[in-house]
Amino acid sequence: MSDAAEGGGVGEPDDAEGVFGSGVERREDIPLLTGEGDYTADVSRPGMAHLAIRRSDHAHARIVDIDTSEAEAMEGVAAVYTGEDVVDSGVPNSIPTAWMLPGLVTPQYRILATDKVRHEGSGVAAVVAESPQRARDALDRIDVEYEELDQVTEPVEAVEKDVPPVHEEAEDNVAFDFELGDEEAVEEAFADADHVASVDLRQPRIVPNAMEPRAAVAEWEDRTEKLRVWMTSQNPHLHRMLLSAGTLGVPENRIEVIAPEVGGGFGSKIYHYPDEAVTAWCSMQLGRPVKWRASRQEGYVTDCHGRDHDTTAEIALDDDGTVRGVRAETHAGLGAQLSQFGTATPSYLYATVLSGQYTVPAIHCRVVGAFTNTTPVDAYRGAGRAEGIYVIERLMDVGARAVGMDPAEFRRKNLVQPEEFPYESAAALVYDSGEYERAMDKALEHVGYEDLRERQERLREEGRYLGIGVANFVESAGLSPSGLAGDLGSQAGGWESSIVRFDSTGTLTVMAGTADQGQGHRTTYAQIAAEELGVDLEDIEVIEGDTDRIPQGMGTYGSRSASVGGGAIARAAREVRSKAREIAEHQLEASSEDVVFDDGTFHIEGAPDRSLHIQEIAHEAYLGHDLPEGMDPGLEETNFYDPENFTYPFGTHVAVVEVDPETGETSIEEYVAVDDCGEVINPMIVEGQVHGGIAQGIGAALYEGAAYGDDGTLETRRMDEYAVPHATQLPDFETDNTVTPSPHNPLGVKGVGESATIAAAPAVVSAVVDALEPFDIEHLDMPITPETVWRALGGAE
Amino acid sequence: MSEHEITLTVNGEKHELRVEARTLLVEALREELGYTGANVGCETGRCGACTVRVDGDALKSCTRFAVQADGAEIETVEGLSEEGELSGLQASFKRNHGLQCGFCTPGMLLTAGTFLEDAEDPSRAEIREAIEGNLCRCTGYHNIVDAVEQVATDGGGESL
Repeated sequence: MSDAAEGGGVGEPDDAEGVFGSGVERREDIPLLTGEGDYTADVSRPGMAHLAIRRSDHAHARIVDIDTSEAEAMEGVAAVYTGEDVVDSGVPNSIPTAWMLPGLVTPQYRILATDKVRHEGSGVAAVVAESPQRARDALDRIDVEYEELDQVTEPVEAVEKDVPPVHEEAEDNVAFDFELGDEEAVEEAFADADHVASVDLRQPRIVPNAMEPRAAVAEWEDRTEKLRVWMTSQNPHLHRMLLSAGTLGVPENRIEVIAPEVGGGFGSKIYHYPDEAVTAWCSMQLGRPVKWRASRQEGYVTDCHGRDHDTTAEIALDDDGTVRGVRAETHAGLGAQLSQFGTATPSYLYATVLSGQYTVPAIHCRVVGAFTNTTPVDAYRGAGRAEGIYVIERLMDVGARAVGMDPAEFRRKNLVQPEEFPYESAAALVYDSGEYERAMDKALEHVGYEDLRERQERLREEGRYLGIGVANFVESAGLSPSGLAGDLGSQAGGWESSIVRFDSTGTLTVMAGTADQGQGHRTTYAQIAAEELGVDLEDIEVIEGDTDRIPQGMGTYGSRSASVGGGAIARAAREVRSKAREIAEHQLEASSEDVVFDDGTFHIEGAPDRSLHIQEIAHEAYLGHDLPEGMDPGLEETNFYDPENFTYPFGTHVAVVEVDPETGETSIEEYVAVDDCGEVINPMIVEGQVHGGIAQGIGAALYEGAAYGDDGTLETRRMDEYAVPHATQLPDFETDNTVTPSPHNPLGVKGVGESATIAAAPAVVSAVVDALEPFDIEHLDMPITPETVWRALGGAE
Repeated sequence: MSEHEITLTVNGEKHELRVEARTLLVEALREELGYTGANVGCETGRCGACTVRVDGDALKSCTRFAVQADGAEIETVEGLSEEGELSGLQASFKRNHGLQCGFCTPGMLLTAGTFLEDAEDPSRAEIREAIEGNLCRCTGYHNIVDAVEQVATDGGGESL
């Protein structure tokens, strides 16, 4: 039996003190701390020109005429192009959706607009000049004549009668009308239930605001007809494929996409935007390198936004607090164009988690996806699952009040129990493993829940309003297996690929198809390989983010890198170990059962001096002088890992807030997060992911939220108008965890990138609403600013 | 567009250069002189990713024209470590996982390091106030505050 087949225990076979599970400092840090790391905007190529893009100031308008002559005549301007020029060049010029749904309307999505602009920020012309300043100067000299059209920015309004269509193909602005669950069972449950509680809620648009704006440097080489693009990408292979098949038509094997240091993504750098394609197209036209870098203001109107849901949800309950059913109807804003996962996020990624951590016998959800004259909406950290968990957690709060139970006890009563796993929910998912009550108890213990409730009572007598918000979450992470994703409409695979290669001198190279934007993959992947192969961390190099160096990959999104990417690395490493074992057995002249593998060394049981280290075997494998008969030389393996199920991270977050009813201000007194992401590869990094996730969840709950004005242009278009949380707006975080391994993942890991964002928003909203219970407040929409509270308490009257 | 001859001393090295009057200090540092450590995150003085020290003060270098810094002594992130040895504050960021994507880190280091020069036993709230003008989207600030606090408490060698 080969090592690769010997079960999947972490640190297998017997290394208890391994680097897997320890908080080793990150190998990424030194270049980032010293300023030596190169982000895309730091990349410079000989003869490089600079691109700036003229964008629509209107939400919806017909393009009557574009006069570029004055800009073209400017000194230092190399070229000015319009959408018609791109069309005339004959490239495919089509940004595709990556997720089909029944009846989906898929309008044309070009890299520069031709007939109409459908949202503010839509690109209409491109200037290439000798300096970025000159390119921006020339933008002002382009004369675009528009005929303004009526516009719509809100999803509910968009699908009402007599609203101007964003696309002629969808006269009612409906892109899809999606249903999940059993409507009949839900109607029965609601008819029989003792109570029905409901909530109308809005989940506003989030602008991702990765600190690094999007950027691209494209270099077309005439001699080899090869296109090389450095870009801010979470998935360079996906970008390679879409640049090839979608927008430019350059054969995939003649495109190299490089994601150098990437300064945060949170979903926003998954997608194929027009701008990166325009950059590459300009380089191809001019035969010289071209750089484009978004300003922050451009980012606000072009980076895909998140959320934008309007929902009516109901929960049916019995007197004793048993949940009988849940139903939800949602209008989801998709923006003016379908971004790649813009259809998946508000449908399958959303409706399938409406059961949360609870036994909900009947669920039904309908989602109307609406075109609006706004920046496209796609996955933002927590994508779909954040919106779904928010709905069920708000329902658990209103449900608890309807039956007069403590919200924590009400939640506990309805939890899925450990012995029920794998658990098939009524929302079509099979949860892999979980011990929900353990994490919940731990979180409640951390805050001293019972004492807090008493303190809350005492403070209320003094006219002070303390609130305690408990949010339980479970999410589907990994976005695989491919077959299942394909059945649901995905146009992409869900696997991940890795190559694990011993070099002839014994060093180890790990290549991964995922792409880091701050998560520390090179550190954690080295820990996985070190553990599997018994090689020192210093001898391991991890390579990511370059399609010429790593043949295949899917990328980093959906909390998938540790579980799917890490799984591929572990499986490739085990195959390497298996081949090394065969060489060891051959050279030690021993049979399989007599050879043990211990911390990198194969030795004969009971005779530790007869041994070969795996790094010595690597040397032998490349020498090829003395290998088992019929064995090919070399010691490297490629693995494509396609998981058998999603993974299901879970946990409980508790927020304790005080709300001042006079000013409407909310202060967070305490924030506790207990997460279970299965096995932990590096606790320091996991904690960091949880911290950052909480910050984005609190941001959504209290501060963020994009707003459009009456003319359909974005009102929150700068960092002083849209509140990315500052250090003084966030509390210290208390984190803890439980470990419930995923039973089907080779490493037992579940992923953690999105968990805390999913949990934090409902925890904080729940806490504020709890604080305001004496004022009969049942729900407040995000962001809960002082003004929101003040208005809710009648301040405006 | 009028051009001006200016002198900038960056990390102890003197540079003479010609810039347009409208060239921002951060553009001169990055595009003319190749100090790409200071990052451009917003161009409006809100995010702090471009923070450098100008004559000892932490300053968002997108809020000054290069000509305004003529003759100034400028310190960028590239000048913080000597001969490959991380400064006390840099090492503390690494130890405390005070950075993820790293884009805000150069500015954060310059702001926090300047603050630490005069801060006596700062509270966590005071540290948060000190870095309030530097946005980070990855860490939620907790570990950055830890990193700064640890240097303030333990000394941790020279901060900058």
